[in-house]
Amino acid sequence: MDSKLGRWTLAVLAHAALILAWYLFVELGKVPKFVMPGPGETLDALLQPNYNWWFNIAVTGTEIFGGYLLALAVGVALALAFTWSKTLEAFFMPLLVSLNMIPKVALGPLIIVWFKYGILPNAMMAFSIAVFPILLTTARGLREIEPELLDLVRSLRGSRWQLFTKIQLPGALPYIFSGMKVGAILAVAGAIVGEFLGSDKGLGYLMLQVQVTLDTPAMFMAVLLITLLGMALYGLVLLLELWLVPKDARVA
Amino acid sequence: MPERNASVEAFIHLSGVRKVYGEHLAISDASFDVMPGELVSLVGPSGCGKSTLLKILAGLLPHDGGEVRIGSAAHAFDPARDVGMVFQAPLLLKWRRIVENVLLPAEILGLPRRESRERARHLLQLVGLSGYEEKYPYELSGGMQQRAAIARALVHDPKLVLMDEPFGALDALTREKMNLELLRIWKEAGKTIVFVTHGISEAVFLGMRVVVLTAGPARMADNFSVDLPYPRTLDVKTHQRFGEYSRRIYRLLGME
Repeated sequence: MDSKLGRWTLAVLAHAALILAWYLFVELGKVPKFVMPGPGETLDALLQPNYNWWFNIAVTGTEIFGGYLLALAVGVALALAFTWSKTLEAFFMPLLVSLNMIPKVALGPLIIVWFKYGILPNAMMAFSIAVFPILLTTARGLREIEPELLDLVRSLRGSRWQLFTKIQLPGALPYIFSGMKVGAILAVAGAIVGEFLGSDKGLGYLMLQVQVTLDTPAMFMAVLLITLLGMALYGLVLLLELWLVPKDARVA
Repeated sequence: MPERNASVEAFIHLSGVRKVYGEHLAISDASFDVMPGELVSLVGPSGCGKSTLLKILAGLLPHDGGEVRIGSAAHAFDPARDVGMVFQAPLLLKWRRIVENVLLPAEILGLPRRESRERARHLLQLVGLSGYEEKYPYELSGGMQQRAAIARALVHDPKLVLMDEPFGALDALTREKMNLELLRIWKEAGKTIVFVTHGISEAVFLGMRVVVLTAGPARMADNFSVDLPYPRTLDVKTHQRFGEYSRRIYRLLGME
């Protein structure tokens, strides 16, 4: 099936089929609700007012998007600094590669010591895990410039800033977006892990709370909402790419 | 056609130019003049320093000895504004439409937008690309992309156009066609052109004069004017003198 409409239909069908399979498994298998709730029971969990769904969505969303935006700004800025100074790159790049090897989850307890409980430490968690792929792909993209193009700009005595805005940045966009897509997925994981490690609000925190009372439908709902937050971020990145990067220049 | 005439001051004057990369001698004793409006071919094998020489002319590389003077009393030369460059690859920015690509040098120099845009359209017409202004580079063939690159090199109205094997990546037929096109564009635009190539017949066919560089050791081996009338057509290639000039170069390059 080649047409766009056909592909969309298939995508929707696949998701519907999964929900149907889930429903049938729970119904026909007579699975207890506290082990695995059906789709209907999961939706019902939304009706529990004392779970503060909107508030918790807002908290986790702020952590994810805030950490992610910071990762994007810092990642691109550092990558730019590296293309401007070879010394800076030679000094920091190996260090960053080593830092990237630290399991960011292991930093969780430390981040809590430094920033206390709340939105900030969890956003920092999302940031620390999302910044590396963005930085590394951006640095690579900015380096990809053809030497003759550099000559062309230099022959016109163009400034570094002109080189960056007119050639390097647009040329690196396909790379930046591939890093941003990886970073988007990691930012979600980072924020949730942060909430698991220590927090007093957010969807991850809520999951730990309802785990104690074995309210599995609410846990399912929380996972679903976290997934939707991730999809919203990823979707935004895709839309932005569609808008900013001409089709021919995209990196698959 | 500009005449070579002792009373006209050279636009480019090179004497005893040397360039060394560490131990490696890239150019030695390059001495020749280029008159205003002249099209000069620089021909030689890879490693003869022809691209290095071009970069020196573009102000991208310093030279290590000798004298390089560009511009004259009658033809002032501003190194920032008066150089247009064309490379072997078209190097079009794939996220910009053709007309936006042509405008790049004008943007970098901060030239007035509206006039530059008008000029870009006019130049696209000159290089035979009218109707392609709003296309993206990938929608054009290699030859057409190179035409756009030539328009880009002219958009800021430079006095000197430096071309580094601009047709080297094209197939033989397209290349012949582009040679004819270049002569037409040169005639209409009236620029001084330094054309680097490793194609011997291309060098003779295009150049009012040919400068021959050899490799190992890198040095300037010859500098002669090509006495074949313009406008040149492909018939020129069957001319007896065309053969003589070509043989002269082949001999210098040790191929005979």
